[in-house]
Amino acid sequence: MTASDGSDVHARLTDVTRVFDLASGAKLQALGPIDLDIKRGEFFGVVGPSGCGKSTLLDILAGLSPPTAGTVLFEGKPIKGVPDGVGVVFQEDASFSWLSVHDNVAFGLRRAGYDAAEIERRVTYAVGFMGLRDFAKAYPAQLSGGMRQRVCIARTLVLQPRLILLDEPFGALDQQTRLLMGEELLRLWRETGATVMLITHALDEAAMLSDRVGVMSARPGKFIDFIETQWPRERDSRVVSDPHFGEITSRLWEKLRVESLKTMGTAAPGAAP
Amino acid sequence: MNRRVFSREGWIRLGVIAAFVIAFEAFCRAGFIPRTVVLPPSDMAVSLWHILQTGEYNKDILSTLRNVAASAVLSVTFGFALGVILHALPRMRATLEPLLASYYAVPTFMFYPVFIVMFGVGSGAIIAIAVLLSVVAMIASTLTGLDRIPRVLRKTAAIYRMGTAKRAVLIDFPAAAPYLFTGIKLAFAYAFIGVIASEFILSGQGIGYAIAYAYNNFDNRNMYGLMLLVILLATAANTALDTIDRRMQSRMRRQ
Repeated sequence: MTASDGSDVHARLTDVTRVFDLASGAKLQALGPIDLDIKRGEFFGVVGPSGCGKSTLLDILAGLSPPTAGTVLFEGKPIKGVPDGVGVVFQEDASFSWLSVHDNVAFGLRRAGYDAAEIERRVTYAVGFMGLRDFAKAYPAQLSGGMRQRVCIARTLVLQPRLILLDEPFGALDQQTRLLMGEELLRLWRETGATVMLITHALDEAAMLSDRVGVMSARPGKFIDFIETQWPRERDSRVVSDPHFGEITSRLWEKLRVESLKTMGTAAPGAAP
Repeated sequence: MNRRVFSREGWIRLGVIAAFVIAFEAFCRAGFIPRTVVLPPSDMAVSLWHILQTGEYNKDILSTLRNVAASAVLSVTFGFALGVILHALPRMRATLEPLLASYYAVPTFMFYPVFIVMFGVGSGAIIAIAVLLSVVAMIASTLTGLDRIPRVLRKTAAIYRMGTAKRAVLIDFPAAAPYLFTGIKLAFAYAFIGVIASEFILSGQGIGYAIAYAYNNFDNRNMYGLMLLVILLATAANTALDTIDRRMQSRMRRQ
């Protein structure tokens, strides 16, 4: 889905593919071709069957991996390496176990050469925002999985990225924690005004958090549907009780079920032959 | 903060050691173990106190400590450097890893004539044997540590646009630190064993030499006093390193 007017487009992928060379000498097309516009300030969710290339898509947008073909623009400029203004939160625990929460959050600011007062101001804000004020001196091993993920989000947040990429950030957390972390993420998105792309395997998470959800096909991953959720910007986890929430997740599952069955090598029961 | 000096297990361990020493003392005093064979622990302690007070063996003690320190530093430095190089060169690693795995099956001490020819009788040969004995522990720990760095930390380093050197200093080595410290601990222990054992055959100085000399001259008192000194030095050093190691492991453990 490409917007005809590019003025509010924050990131644009045009005809992007990614092919991997396997050790056997064979080639594996993981992604594409993909055309995608992510609007400035949008909360864009991505769902797709396992192995469809969701994380590959994120790596390409983050500048961690180049596309085999096609162009990727961020703020109108081609992406070569990790661009300024992009922050990434991974599914795995990426906190630095040898640093306290405070120093984890301050890490990127120190690297970027900010002065001590500014570092302190931003770290204090981010640590407070993520509800970690009482744990600033603690080490990641002393925290729960959810809190460690908050440390990683705070570490991304302090650099004030304009585009935040989240690769299944709550995948390892229990359902309640995921819902609450989702609320915190919405609060962060509203307050920072950043553009967010969330990759998730949880349909309810995508439906609750996103302005728009892109559904990817089985490998090689392409977008087969985009669903506008039409939630107000001021929303929280209570939207799950809205009848419209059920409609969104049903539509997502309808699309995803067929693709997931393809991944598993099974024909969809009830599907036309 | 109210920190307990000893855990429950620590007290039990101390109790077991104390019970063993008391039983040993009683057996010696009762004559079950002849004094010509082993001195009672209390006599060993008195002998050690005398050795330390008179300074009779100060030169030997200092020589041993110097050799242990030199061997440990060399092993850690070379072991770490070789570990990093092997990690960066997977083909060379694949070739050498089976040899490293069976390294400790080779009795390193059999090479002592080679080192005497190369370095002469004295510290050079002793340090060479001790390094040979301990360096592989550091290489293996470095490789394990670098292997265990989570992939996501490398991606995070890329997000911060770090080059290889910056990543190594700021991410890789701190992440591998618990394993590297285990390597340091092992390298020190092997260096200690290597130095003391080599002094028996390769030196005219050092605690190992002094023990052998006392043994050859039927000087049980000094021999057991020096043996107690070796045990206490090794235990103290190992306890200190172990404490740091455990703190590091618990602080940096990933769940």
